[in-house]
Amino acid sequence: MDLSFGPEYESFRAEVQQFIADHGNKSPRQGGARNKDAITWQKLLIENGYAARTIPREYGGYGAEPDIIKSRIIAEEFSKNQINTGLGGQGISMLTPVLLEMGSEEQKQQFIKPTIEGDMVWCQGYSEPGAGSDLASLSTKAELDGDEWVVNGQKIWTSTAQLADWIFCLVRTEPDAPKHQGISFLLFRMDTPGIEIRPLVDMTGEANFNEVFFTDVRVPKHQIVGQRGQGWQVANAILGHERGSLAPPDAAQTRLNGVAKLMNSETMSGEKLIDNSVFKDRLMKLQGRVLAMRCNDMRLLSARINKGQDAKLAGMIVKLQGTELRHELEALAIDVMGEIGLSYGSDNPYLRGNGSWQHTYMYYLGLIIGGGTSQIQKNIISERGLGMPKEPKIEQGG
Amino acid sequence: MEFGLSSEQTLLQDSVTRYLAEQQPLDAVRKVAEGENEDALVWQGLAELGIPGILISEENGGLGLGSLDAAVVAEALGYHVTPAPFLSSAVIAPVALQTAGQHQDLLGSVATGEIRIGAALAEGISARADAGVTVDGNKLSGKSLFVLDADADHYLVATAEQKLYLVAADAAGLTRTPLSTIEKTRSTCELVYDKVDAQLVSEDPGVLAKTWDAALVAIAADTLGASQCALDQAVAYSLQREQFNRVIASFQAVKHMCAEMAAALEPCRSMVWYAAHALDEIPEEATMMACHTKAHLSEVGQFVTRTATEVHGGMGFTDLVGLHYWFKRAGFNRQILGTPELLRRRAFDHQQMVA
Repeated sequence: MDLSFGPEYESFRAEVQQFIADHGNKSPRQGGARNKDAITWQKLLIENGYAARTIPREYGGYGAEPDIIKSRIIAEEFSKNQINTGLGGQGISMLTPVLLEMGSEEQKQQFIKPTIEGDMVWCQGYSEPGAGSDLASLSTKAELDGDEWVVNGQKIWTSTAQLADWIFCLVRTEPDAPKHQGISFLLFRMDTPGIEIRPLVDMTGEANFNEVFFTDVRVPKHQIVGQRGQGWQVANAILGHERGSLAPPDAAQTRLNGVAKLMNSETMSGEKLIDNSVFKDRLMKLQGRVLAMRCNDMRLLSARINKGQDAKLAGMIVKLQGTELRHELEALAIDVMGEIGLSYGSDNPYLRGNGSWQHTYMYYLGLIIGGGTSQIQKNIISERGLGMPKEPKIEQGG
Repeated sequence: MEFGLSSEQTLLQDSVTRYLAEQQPLDAVRKVAEGENEDALVWQGLAELGIPGILISEENGGLGLGSLDAAVVAEALGYHVTPAPFLSSAVIAPVALQTAGQHQDLLGSVATGEIRIGAALAEGISARADAGVTVDGNKLSGKSLFVLDADADHYLVATAEQKLYLVAADAAGLTRTPLSTIEKTRSTCELVYDKVDAQLVSEDPGVLAKTWDAALVAIAADTLGASQCALDQAVAYSLQREQFNRVIASFQAVKHMCAEMAAALEPCRSMVWYAAHALDEIPEEATMMACHTKAHLSEVGQFVTRTATEVHGGMGFTDLVGLHYWFKRAGFNRQILGTPELLRRRAFDHQQMVA
């Protein structure tokens, strides 16, 4: 057991701290696509190796060798000082790694630089009304007509569709092939004629997602990543990338501290909630779970650095446990506030924390469902982690 | 950076596990639980591997290893529901006597397994009605309940003032009565003191606190092992039991129960490792981590052992399969030396939650 990163990394940490001391004041409070300050900040981060760190220079990145510990130190220092870590979004976090692995040279040249610099915004076209957990049964089709694909169908749960310049989209191109082998991965512009976007208002009252409809959308033939029928492998590479990042334990720790602070300021019949033994026990119970997940996270980090450490199961359970834990943390905060916890909407003078407790409470219920539902996670854990068999298929007909 | 067991620790785990799997299978455990054999035999076997002296310094005749090593052993003992006085003789007594720097001459014989030191700490932690120990000069009077190890040669006794004393099991005025509990793999007893000669170990509450922390992590590690074994048995059983013409492991209801157990339990392994590491290397977090780890493992252990029983269906409820040994092992670990509620309160008191 050795929890130190070693002296050579401490000098790197000092470098990061120096950058924060010099430039931290320029860190924008709000991120998000199309935000001018966020884009300027992103470019500064890339220049200094704190964003797009391992993406080759020829594609607009910083070009550093992958070093898990250095990435970790950057994340730690930025988080500690509440510094904006740069742009996110599905183009940066999901499409870019896929293009690097499976894209053509031309696609890498064309898309990566503007994407990581925030000038090109993407949305993801995977889920469909009839293809949720069973994503591979998707039915949006693309047929070749001369040099163009003609796309027809519908996508759902498409975040940032209304802001996006481009979409990366799973479509069925080989209707006669087995379902996993009939899918292709297309890239096309969102201003192509035949695309209609309808905002999908969710339980938070916001439209965090959209429905996107395609009617005879014509896409140049070469705008495909990988080969025809290879789209499922491409998509799976990205889904693996998405899951672990939905519920980071450090964020749960920050939120736990927030609940404790709230309990120290809220009172019930004159008693601070932090002094109430029932609420205190609920807080401590959740702290125990947060600590367990943080220790699990250290083990995962260690397994990435040290070959031969087995942490397969430890990785598989993060999305399931982490999203549930966050949901319960937010629920405690709401209970701490009693009736005040109902407040929602900026016109309510009793609102605490910009209404973020109720909002996140609901949003995390969305994350328990999204990105592979908890039930799908349990299938994965039992099948791939514990070696239990798949549920037998129901025979057709009869 | 390396978060995990060293190769030496893995070797230690393997050698203890091999001994227990070969020499102490469930049939042997049953013989002790049913009173046919004594646990002394098991303890002697473990003594040949040096286990009783794992935390005893080399100077005092032990292996001089650390808390993580002890946790690794405790996990293996829990996995095999081993009937042995590891917690009292190999963890509590050595930590208390070495921290206090008193009566260390006894430890050489503890390390060889020749003598056992029981632990009567409950009165210093959360005395219940009917119990309580008073001191007059060097004479103890009163009563300790649920004392660990009904067959020990000496007892470490905590008073309500959190002072520690040592008494001999055969001292005049000491009455020892075994207490029957659900758990048959580790014994407990009642000690009644009538002006019993006692030797002071420490008046410093810090010694009891440090001893308690070490015990909490060892108990949590034992629960980790017991829960892991219950889960392993549930998965194995589900893969061979058939109903409706298929193994029950192929039903999502059963798979999801197993996945929930694994998801709750897997982070516990890292938590136990970290808590054990903190005992030796991160003193400022040691108490908070020890309390949280034992409390959290108690919750997870309860969930896993009852769910594993459910996966076994009716057979899980029988004595025949013997799964109840793991259920009761985790149950015992949950109740002794601090319930989850008490430990979470102590965890709260040992940190600065709000500035």
